Amino acid sequence: MTTLAPPAVRETKTTVNGGRSGPVAWMAVPALLMFLAFGVVPLLGVVALSFTTWDGLGDIHPSGLTSWRAVLGDPGLLHALWVTFLIMALSWLFQTPLSLLIGTFLAGRQRYREVLAVLYFLPLLLSSAALAITYKALLDPNFGLGPGLGSSLLTQDWLGRGNLALGVVVFVVSWQFIPFHSLIYQGGVRQIPVSLYEAAQLDGAGTVRQFFRITLPQLKYTIITSSTLMVVGSLTFFDLIYVLTAGGPSDATRALALDMYQRGFKASLMGPASAIAVILVLVGLALALLLRRLGGKADDSQLEGA
Amino acid sequence: MTRIPMSRRSFLTLTAGTGAAAALAACGSSGPGTTSDGGANATYWFLSGAPGETIRGGAVERFNKGDNGGKITPNAVQNDAYKDKIKTAIGAGQAPTIIWGWGGGGLKSYVDAGQVEDLTDWFGQNAAVKDRLFPTSFGPATINNKIYAMPAETVAPIVLFYNKEVFDKAGATPPQSWGDIMNLVTLFNSKKIAPFSLGGQSRWTNMMWLEFLFDRIGGSEVFQAVFEGEKDAWSNPAAKQALTEMQKLINANGFIKGFSSITADSNADQALLYTGKAAMMVHGAWTYGSMQNDGGSFVKDGKLGWMNFPPVEGGKGDPSDTVGNPGQYYSISSKATPEQKELAKKFFANGVLDDTEVKGWVDAGQVPIVKGADASFAGSKDAEFLKFIYDTSANAKTFAQSWDQALSPTAAEALLDNIAKLFQVSISPDQFITNMNAVIGK
Repeated sequence: MTTLAPPAVRETKTTVNGGRSGPVAWMAVPALLMFLAFGVVPLLGVVALSFTTWDGLGDIHPSGLTSWRAVLGDPGLLHALWVTFLIMALSWLFQTPLSLLIGTFLAGRQRYREVLAVLYFLPLLLSSAALAITYKALLDPNFGLGPGLGSSLLTQDWLGRGNLALGVVVFVVSWQFIPFHSLIYQGGVRQIPVSLYEAAQLDGAGTVRQFFRITLPQLKYTIITSSTLMVVGSLTFFDLIYVLTAGGPSDATRALALDMYQRGFKASLMGPASAIAVILVLVGLALALLLRRLGGKADDSQLEGA
Repeated sequence: MTRIPMSRRSFLTLTAGTGAAAALAACGSSGPGTTSDGGANATYWFLSGAPGETIRGGAVERFNKGDNGGKITPNAVQNDAYKDKIKTAIGAGQAPTIIWGWGGGGLKSYVDAGQVEDLTDWFGQNAAVKDRLFPTSFGPATINNKIYAMPAETVAPIVLFYNKEVFDKAGATPPQSWGDIMNLVTLFNSKKIAPFSLGGQSRWTNMMWLEFLFDRIGGSEVFQAVFEGEKDAWSNPAAKQALTEMQKLINANGFIKGFSSITADSNADQALLYTGKAAMMVHGAWTYGSMQNDGGSFVKDGKLGWMNFPPVEGGKGDPSDTVGNPGQYYSISSKATPEQKELAKKFFANGVLDDTEVKGWVDAGQVPIVKGADASFAGSKDAEFLKFIYDTSANAKTFAQSWDQALSPTAAEALLDNIAKLFQVSISPDQFITNMNAVIGK
């Protein structure tokens, strides 16, 4: 999925890179083969499966639109779409400002910030499943952190109430991915020419004003890259939610990816599960395209006059 | 995409990726089922977790030591993960030679897909193997009057466990009726103790409650009608009464706070009972062994009480009825080689439930499905519990199979989904009935 949104590489830059502008199209062949074998072929398979009835064990029977009717006529699909959207929107809203601020902060060259940056990177090294198990243990209303510390504020039924559970999912997702996006923003901020800030300082702009007038506009493409990764990535959250809540309580956190899994592998309805997979791909593509459009033309220079 | 010239770094990454893919492809298939010394090599997947994992593994180990012309390679997998893994493996034609299962609806889906061996003739030729096992255990192994699995391991009815210490402190006595249960809920809640422990996130844990309520209120024929695919079978008035009583108990805070986020795989539900945070628990007989392992001296000191689920006032069900697992089921993959199948059958005849395995189960506080197993209870420290399970299973007028295992995977998933919603009180009994009637016979 992430290959859909490569950072806008400018051709002018690569030619400066040392004159290797010869015909390198053949170099794309391995990538193309991999993409065909592990991306396009399975995708076509899933599209084909969505027009069949299959329990995952026996023969595959073509059945026209039966699976699609079953999926589109099921109120569960709308609910799953809504949950997916909520997780996407809330985690974007939560992650973007925090990542931006932390990234800008870490971009400073002070020694203590470098140390913090390394420490802050740690959550990214943990697997989602391990994270989910840890949080599940911490949030347990009977044996978790709250009862352990005797704090009634922390002793909530965190994963047992619909809205709370959704909030916990968004929090854990953000906890895991904010370091990654901070890293992207840190890189972005360091690319901004110092001369811009020097000029602003001469004109008497304060730190806050510099942030909003220089840092933020200069990070436009970084924000788009990071947002694309967040939004498209959030469509595929599965492991974390599955281990943390298994889509529960009842179906409060059953996102599209989970719904697909439950139908395919628990209920042995591979046809409808494939239909949901196709919907997932379409939604992902649409979102990625939309975000690229928002970025405007890649030729626009941000350094005009710098 | 092609417009963007490729940098050397991404080229190197891709080359590395291709190499990794080639390596992955190389280990995708493990080759034909033969060992290096030329004998047949069968594979066998089963559930992990104490005490069963050690006992199952031990049976394989002893069998492998004998001269059977081959070896069996065991692989233990965690309960909830196993259900998906085995289904995927069978669908992909990569099934192990011996398929561990629960019989019933799951087994039927394998049979319908032609994935498991018909063992009827084999049992006919090996009457001795068949005759030493509980006759009731063959029910879930029989699909369309043919036997597709070897019943094995233990019989595990669902039991109402209680913490005697907590009961003594509260001056309470074990419930003799549904009314008693509701009164105990009030009593324990007033003492700040959760009346019932429940691992609700696993969903089948909630289902055990409904299995008993349906049976006690309407008799075993209520679910039997669902199982047989009778139209609108869930509309039985007894079903509505059972579902309503269920939600009454939930609304009266009958279950521990946060039950819907507790999983049974972590055994946290059992921990709540033996730590005295909850007074009672309705759970499978197999939890006796794990409470003995994990609960310190709780079981040894006689603090664990047990009983069959009490009757409901005015209910039609026979109070001796029980539900649960009449056994576990070993099938042979029809995709295995003849040598592998032969080896698996030898294992069924000589390896499964040998004397050491029988003793292993008894020592773990479980009742193996071997006739006369009660003779070996005498010396056991768990004799009292074992006798209770043996009698409950033997005297039950109806020993119903767990619903999710009796039904097809599609119907079972819809059932579990709706049960989770019912327990979350996000749907009413009427909505439950409508939703479930829609998937009858699927």
